[in-house]
Amino acid sequence: MSAVLADMSKTDVSKTIAPATKAIAPSKGGRPWTFYVLATLFAFYVIALYGPMFCIYVLSFQDIRGGLVFPMKGTSLHWFVDLFTQVRTGDVKGSFDRSVKLAVIVTVITVVVSFLAGLGFRKRFRGDTVVFYMMIGSLVAPGLVLGLGTGLLFQALGLNASWYTSALGAQLSWTLPFGVLVMFAVMSRFNHVWEEAAYDLGASRWQSIRLVMIPVLAPGLVAVALFGFTLSYDEFARSLQTAGSLNTLPLEIWSMTLNVTSPSLYAFGTVTTIVSFIVIGASLGSIVLIQKKRGSSTKG
Amino acid sequence: MKSDRGDIELAGVCKSFDGVTNVVDGVNLKIADGAYCCFIGPSGCGKTTILRMIAGHEDPTAGEIVIGGQNVVGLAPVQRRTAMMFQSYALFPHLTVRDNIAFALRVRGMSKADRLRAADAMIEKVRLTQFADRLPAQLSGGQQQRVALARAAITEPRVLLLDEPLSALDEQLRVQMRQELRRMQQELGITFIHVTHTQLEAIALADLVVVMEQGRIKQAGAARDVYAHPHDRYVAEFMGGQNVLSGRVEKVNGSTFTLAQAAPDGIEVPLQARSTVSVGDKIDIAVRRDDVALVRPGRELPPGCTTLLPSRVLAIEYQGYFVKVMLDTVPDDAFVAYVPEKTFFADPFTVGDVVMATWATGSALPLA
Repeated sequence: MSAVLADMSKTDVSKTIAPATKAIAPSKGGRPWTFYVLATLFAFYVIALYGPMFCIYVLSFQDIRGGLVFPMKGTSLHWFVDLFTQVRTGDVKGSFDRSVKLAVIVTVITVVVSFLAGLGFRKRFRGDTVVFYMMIGSLVAPGLVLGLGTGLLFQALGLNASWYTSALGAQLSWTLPFGVLVMFAVMSRFNHVWEEAAYDLGASRWQSIRLVMIPVLAPGLVAVALFGFTLSYDEFARSLQTAGSLNTLPLEIWSMTLNVTSPSLYAFGTVTTIVSFIVIGASLGSIVLIQKKRGSSTKG
Repeated sequence: MKSDRGDIELAGVCKSFDGVTNVVDGVNLKIADGAYCCFIGPSGCGKTTILRMIAGHEDPTAGEIVIGGQNVVGLAPVQRRTAMMFQSYALFPHLTVRDNIAFALRVRGMSKADRLRAADAMIEKVRLTQFADRLPAQLSGGQQQRVALARAAITEPRVLLLDEPLSALDEQLRVQMRQELRRMQQELGITFIHVTHTQLEAIALADLVVVMEQGRIKQAGAARDVYAHPHDRYVAEFMGGQNVLSGRVEKVNGSTFTLAQAAPDGIEVPLQARSTVSVGDKIDIAVRRDDVALVRPGRELPPGCTTLLPSRVLAIEYQGYFVKVMLDTVPDDAFVAYVPEKTFFADPFTVGDVVMATWATGSALPLA
């Protein structure tokens, strides 16, 4: 019997596995044709993603003869100087200032509230599903409509719409659900036995949050902060009807597209992109630093 | 005044999570100060819940937990002066070994210099000095366990609770760390309560072995009592090393009774003071696997053996100093003989051989 089985398995191997090896494993000579198809697809994807942005960046470095379309006319930093010196281009500095301040406020509120929500949702409570879906609801609600509603509500209440009141609220309706969702993912990797161990060793609730949870979750909190900042910094739809008389940066850019017909508009785009990259770089850098600090003290 | 004694008394302790079924069901137990106590049972038997209730991480639904003469129900772990070593150690991943160990002193507000000095003394005690600045992730399983032990011990508890402390280690390390636990317990001179599902671990370590099933204590006693004199079939089968047979009592004669079985003359079992047996009762008996001798048919029986069970060899496993021979002696239960290596290889059996299983009459143990 066992001999028969052994025989069968032998023939099985030669029949099924050998041809399969031929098809899947790369032959020694080159890559399978599917590689080239997928690589081309990926190349198109990258071009579609970054091409438009690069057009803007490149065109912002033209000289004084520059226009809004290709071909490039010379190279200089003329339009960057123009951006910050000419009044007709709009309130660039003021709007940038407001946007950064607003983004910082939004970031702080988002991190604090998301963290607390993460703590709250560790255990099930009455109505937790309702709270969760209400939160998701504000995430999927159309931003323009939500902003319009916020503006109307402020008007009905007799309050003045401004970037630090109504726009702040409208933006939080967008950043908070995001922050909380990220926080859930972060919290799912937190082992609750650590909290128990802290309690066992005599830590109060606050000590266990301060000495165990926050340091362990720090990289995740930075990620939430990054979300909060970038979502707020380039938020447009919700801010449009709620920012009041003073524009935030995206609103300013938008209004410039309507009345500024020079490459300083593109220079503006380049500058804001650089700011975004600095913020992202600082966040990622701090995460790396936290991880490094944990790693380096061990190598001694 | 707080007592320094670490004797524990559980009185009618019950725990129910859903209000319907009791995970722990009326447990009464006394553990002496400075004892090494092992709770053993299959998963879900309530042993970890008992541990967590003693530790102060769960409150009993009913009953009292008394440590050193003081009812501690409702008190925080620090007030109870208990400390727990968690199953996966639960070391804080962002803190070095030194900071992990000093954590309890830090939350008490001890100054940095004082707590680091105390931590370093403890680190030396568990022989981790050269790893003091490492993070938990950079330590081996055995080292992590020592950190966990040191972190718990630095609170100077009167009771240390260990939740399956060896389950995360590989076999060799487990034996080594087992000895280390015992050494630490003697050094600290405090009560250890250790939850495990490994029989060998329990009997190797414990002064008091507590066998549990479905929230109840089945037997509690010295390791040797529980292993060699199990109360009932459950304990005998769970602790291992025993063959359990059942049958009806055929006749009772003075100090022994006879159990009807596949044996030609039945099985003769000594009548022990605690069991009252009458003819017709269905009863379980236990025979230690290392008490069973195997004799080829027709050969002379060893002295003191009256029972003779004809069997066929089903399988043979070489275990080093003994050979495990599995037999078809009884229809429903496994029947195994542990034959000393030298005896076995003097006249080795092969699978399918017919042998006579026998044992000295006095070594059969009637079960409750």
